[in-house]
Amino acid sequence: MAEIMQKLTLYFQYPFVRYAMIVGVLIALCSSLLGVALVLKRFSFIGDGLSHVAFGAMAVAAVLGLTNEMIIVMPVTIICAVLLLASGKKAKIKGDAAVAMISVGALAIGYLLMNVFNTSSNVSGDVCTTLFGSTSILTLTQAEVWICAVLSVLVVLLFVFFYNKIFSVTFDESFARATGTKVTLYNLIIAVIIAVIIVLAMNLVGSLLISALVIFPALSAMRIFKSFKSVTICSACLSVFCAASGILISIVFSTPVGSTIVAVDIVAFGVFSLIGLFRKGE
Amino acid sequence: MAQLVCDDLALGYEGREIISSLSFSVDEGDYLCIVGENGSGKSTLMKTVLGLHSPMRGKVSYGDGLTPNEIGYLPQQTLVQRDFPASVREIVISGFQGRCGVRPFYNAAEKAAALENMKKMGIEALQRRCYRELSGGQQQRVLLARALCATKKMLLLDEPVSGLDPLVTADMYELISSLNKEGITIIMISHDIGAALKYATHVLHIGDEVFFGKAEEFAKSGYDRIFAGRKGERAHG
Repeated sequence: MAEIMQKLTLYFQYPFVRYAMIVGVLIALCSSLLGVALVLKRFSFIGDGLSHVAFGAMAVAAVLGLTNEMIIVMPVTIICAVLLLASGKKAKIKGDAAVAMISVGALAIGYLLMNVFNTSSNVSGDVCTTLFGSTSILTLTQAEVWICAVLSVLVVLLFVFFYNKIFSVTFDESFARATGTKVTLYNLIIAVIIAVIIVLAMNLVGSLLISALVIFPALSAMRIFKSFKSVTICSACLSVFCAASGILISIVFSTPVGSTIVAVDIVAFGVFSLIGLFRKGE
Repeated sequence: MAQLVCDDLALGYEGREIISSLSFSVDEGDYLCIVGENGSGKSTLMKTVLGLHSPMRGKVSYGDGLTPNEIGYLPQQTLVQRDFPASVREIVISGFQGRCGVRPFYNAAEKAAALENMKKMGIEALQRRCYRELSGGQQQRVLLARALCATKKMLLLDEPVSGLDPLVTADMYELISSLNKEGITIIMISHDIGAALKYATHVLHIGDEVFFGKAEEFAKSGYDRIFAGRKGERAHG
């Protein structure tokens, strides 16, 4: 135990690790917020789809030799999110099929580009990092840390401001539309927020694991809590707790950050499911 | 002027007309029951009145101080709602969302009015309960309370008693009728011709034969028997 504490103290002496911890927690908070809405809209896999799009965009940025990838990644992801979420029922190819199509398409093109226009000496290493997140939290750059911090605060503020609107649009879209709520606009806002979250979370857990960060806290909270507000608050707290403990564990045991956080999320889901079952039995 | 006028409407999807040249009007305090067979376009008509669907021809106009956003709506249950974690109170107050505009939170007056509507529907004691754990009849009361938050003038009900047992159905009809007596205009889609004739002031029958008029005339015209008879044939055939 003393050894573990010593290791943690050593790591936390670097301001860098402290920043990374703060950012990890902020990203986890943001990604859990919209989870409830996405699970209920039957869009659990949107995280996957969009993160693969972001992966493709990142490959394009790498090929073009851009130093700041965000310039391409963010707009492309937002556009795809809007296309997927806002086109809604009118689209010819809907929901899960559209997500699957965009997701694998972008993944394939991204990998293809990275291989054909080989810019780095270690392609498979680069690909692995983008897919599963940084192998160590220390590889996050300071610029990434600041961008994440600012955007996450923005996402939380937007969510609080639109909380009631997100509720009515998710619970009953046609009632909301019929009584004069600007449903299309709010669907658009949800799409933009989710795209921003995905791009942020990519740094932490990588493209393949983002869905876990979005849906696990929401699903866990839904096992126990019964109102939209309590589910949202619980999933936010749970996500922050899981991310923090995941990061600590990954420092102590030198495991990859992303997959450790997801593993903790899975354990939490198991615990919450058991409590839920137990309560029902009473 | 009437609250709602539909003039020479043609409704349908992708170029195929389901209803053509339909005209009717609804006055304040009316209780209109829309009956017709499955697929005759009842729900499409309702969506058109609500502005969720645009007509192929003709037009819907609102009058007598009614604006399109002031119509309360009781939709049929969707799959999403069956596992939505939401408390009764959260759902009822969301009826005010349309009036909030950009304002992010509900104000004190709206909270008080939501409570008032829950009392009126007899679900005050359930306000902290989870919606998906309620019985079918209780869920309908919750959605009705939400619709009352959205309007004081007109309610549109899409088969409000489907899936309810006879006792709860009778309760529901009484509740709707009491709202009508308070002056709220009711437009209801129903399969139940008996209830239509008992409570409604007007009947609109759509399908091969279109009828619009007072409930008594509908009873006298023998349409109801034709309608009921045809249903019977179908059940036997």
